Amino acid sequence: MASENPTASEYIQHHLTNLTYGFHPDHGWSFAHGAQEASEMGFMAIHVDTMGWSVALGILFCGLFRVGAKTAHSGVPSGLLNFVELMVEFVDKSVKETFHGKSTVIAPLALTILVWVFLMNLMDLVPVDLIPYIFHAAGVDYMKVVPTTDVNATLGMSIGVFLLIIFYSIKIKGIGGFVGELTLQPFGKWMIPFNFLLEGVGLIAKPISLALRLFGNLYAGELIFILIALMPFYVQWFLSVPWAIFHILVIVLQAFIFMMLTIVYLSMAHEHH
Amino acid sequence: MNINLTLIGQLIAFTIFVLFCMKYVWPPVSEALAERQKKIAEGLDAADKAARDLETAKAKIEVELGSARAQATDLLEQANKRSSQIVNEAQGKAREEAEKIMASAQAQMAQEVAQAREILRADVAKLAISGAERVLNASVDAAAHKKLLTELAEEL
Repeated sequence: MASENPTASEYIQHHLTNLTYGFHPDHGWSFAHGAQEASEMGFMAIHVDTMGWSVALGILFCGLFRVGAKTAHSGVPSGLLNFVELMVEFVDKSVKETFHGKSTVIAPLALTILVWVFLMNLMDLVPVDLIPYIFHAAGVDYMKVVPTTDVNATLGMSIGVFLLIIFYSIKIKGIGGFVGELTLQPFGKWMIPFNFLLEGVGLIAKPISLALRLFGNLYAGELIFILIALMPFYVQWFLSVPWAIFHILVIVLQAFIFMMLTIVYLSMAHEHH
Repeated sequence: MNINLTLIGQLIAFTIFVLFCMKYVWPPVSEALAERQKKIAEGLDAADKAARDLETAKAKIEVELGSARAQATDLLEQANKRSSQIVNEAQGKAREEAEKIMASAQAQMAQEVAQAREILRADVAKLAISGAERVLNASVDAAAHKKLLTELAEEL
């Protein structure tokens, strides 16, 4: 903690600061001491906690599903394989309902998004002080455990999706077709600058909205948990339990929405107008 | 909120996880699912076929059973006829036999009665003679009166 007896705003500020390692103009490559130093580092910094937790959860996802996939057979499934098949079938159905082309990328991509985002969101249900406290005892001052409350994480994923949108748009329609789609509609060739502005904003809005929706939902949820944690301990359960139960819905829903919108955007990229 | 290298890091991690999922998770699972789907379809087909087979087998059984039943009634009828025939024959024979036995018995009886009558007749003749002797107090020449006595005996 920044100080031994933090005020409410210090406590909140502390909980919303990532563990940042980066190039500080004064101290060189080092861990940031506080939000001030972290923002002074600019772009040449990395959120160690976001990366660590997200990669760990990603490995958990890959490991779990790989173990399930290894035992895959056409007989009667059981245990883990059942769960893996359930998820695969659910994603497969969602993809087939929306996307009518043929692609070996979209379904695994959707599965990865669904499970990975869900796992990252799930960290929100861990009591807000538990893991930071443990790390504090180990000498690490800042620890934000929910990667999806870091806009870098959600934006990283949505940029990945954005690159795929552009890749498929060009692959399916050709560069000419893609440029034409951006400039020749909705108002025909006499309004090219206006069309381009409109379509360009529409295109850029896809990854931005994708990232900010997930980030905003989880950030707000986390903030409310932190606010509840500021209250006297005897009223906390009264607020945190209903909020946590409601939040179960949110974390699943947000993972699902991220996945569905990815599928929709990619199927739009596959379609000719 | 600081946008920084984490963005790139997340992009790379995301790509790696998607590639891993694409290569090592999705294909085996979806393959297994497709195979199971095929297996289930085959199983259902086989069940349908088995049900149809059962249906035909049942029909066949019905036919066989009908013919067997007809055969059985035939046999039974024949047996009945034969048995009544046998009984009739046996009755006829028995009646004949009984008649024969009765006839022979009657013949024997008549013979015996005749014999007894003969003996009685002789006895009566003797008794009559001895009675007559006593009455006459004299011996009667049996030879002389033989004719008379025989006539007497005949009359008895």
